[in-house]
Amino acid sequence: MPVKLTINGHAYEMQLEARTTLLDALREYASLTGTKKGCDRGQCGACTVIANGRRINSCLTLAVMHEGESIVTVEGLANAQTLSLSLIQKAFIDHDAFQCGFCTSGQLCSATALIDEFHAGDASAVTADVRFRPPQLSDDEIRERMSGNICRCGAYPNIVAAVKTVALVKA
Amino acid sequence: MDAISYERATDVGAAIKAAQQPGVTFIGGGTNLLDLMKGGVARPMKLVDITHIPGLNTVSELPDGGLRIGALVRNSDAANHTWIRARYPLLSQAFLAGASAQLRNMATVGGNLMQRTRCYYFYDTGFPQCNKRTPGSGCAAIEGNSRIHAILGASSQCIATNPSDMNVALAALEAVVHVNGPQGERTIPFAEFHRLPGDRPEVDTTLQAGELITSVDLPPPLFAQHSHYLKVRDRASYAFALVSVAAALQMDGNTMKTARIALGGVAHKPWRATATEQALNGQPLSRDTLRSAAALAVRDARSYRENGFKIELAQRAIVRAVSTAGGMA
Repeated sequence: MPVKLTINGHAYEMQLEARTTLLDALREYASLTGTKKGCDRGQCGACTVIANGRRINSCLTLAVMHEGESIVTVEGLANAQTLSLSLIQKAFIDHDAFQCGFCTSGQLCSATALIDEFHAGDASAVTADVRFRPPQLSDDEIRERMSGNICRCGAYPNIVAAVKTVALVKA
Repeated sequence: MDAISYERATDVGAAIKAAQQPGVTFIGGGTNLLDLMKGGVARPMKLVDITHIPGLNTVSELPDGGLRIGALVRNSDAANHTWIRARYPLLSQAFLAGASAQLRNMATVGGNLMQRTRCYYFYDTGFPQCNKRTPGSGCAAIEGNSRIHAILGASSQCIATNPSDMNVALAALEAVVHVNGPQGERTIPFAEFHRLPGDRPEVDTTLQAGELITSVDLPPPLFAQHSHYLKVRDRASYAFALVSVAAALQMDGNTMKTARIALGGVAHKPWRATATEQALNGQPLSRDTLRSAAALAVRDARSYRENGFKIELAQRAIVRAVSTAGGMA
């Protein structure tokens, strides 16, 4: 079936089977291989992309269900005009927040959305009282909010440091 | 995953009509369904996408002071909705305890109600025995790995548990599920929505074929000041509950006027601990009262090879959740 997607600001027209996941559409049909297939079952977060400003696991959703949405993958995080990396991308480099890099595109997309969620006042499972806005993005808050992204190299301390830096810059 | 056909429903009537054919399944967030399809556990022939149906993705106020949560409201939006956070913090906490941020952004409230068990044997088609997946084939969990399995309300056919956090809070809050189907609209009290396995473990809920969940109604908020959702799991985050407790209290000084307690991770459905509630109603909040009342919740508990720890854990979790809700901890 014909499927129209908008990815990183560009329109794509694809001929897909209905069962094609968004992840497979990105990698195999749009040739955007920055988004990674880890577990393919929603457990590792390597496939995280941002759809209409919300981070999602692209492996557990059908491509056809995202027609009309604005999808951002790791390829779309940097500023295409100025060719400059986003704050979170720079922070990951500055803090050495990866080793093998396989989970990194998912971590970057997830962290990008996390910063926006925190500034919108969203609570998390470690927020002391959900009736009130969480006062600061503590290490515990970052770990909880990033728990959907597994890093088997164990770069977690540096990922937390990178996210924290950007949260402070944007505060 | 098998090949499927796909249809986008534009309204509730069209969705219900499309679901009259055999092999048709509704898809909302799809986070559980696609996982099951990839594993060959669910094999629908056609998916009816309900996410474009207007009017089902909002939270609205009811005349009685309660809230109506549309079936398509995403878990993350429900968790962070201003009214839900302020008036039903127990429910917000339960949503936030479930899954990951990415999954909560996709998963819907209606889909969370329909979430299947996370029993290892149900998911792994390498094991031929699973009465829930293949009725009549037996239960591999009863004599197998049963760390995450039920201690209450199980049957000789199935010892699976309901994995949802949201459901535990909704049980304590006595929500009402609204559905629409070929026979028209009806409401289902939360306690009657999920069922015990009995000799039909393949049936999780009392939803009839072709029925679509349209909303979940919350009664007027009584417990915003004194509630707590406690989830005990093998990891600090992003894991299903071994035991969870939704505790909600109306306090008068140090006295518990009304107590509502529901347990997760212990049964095939969210488990209301009614005997514990009755033992707490009208009593002062104290460690001794809580400990003896918590024991009533597991009077009829039965454990299997690997989940005996849950009987003690459930009691301690009740004590801690109620203490925290009441401001004692």
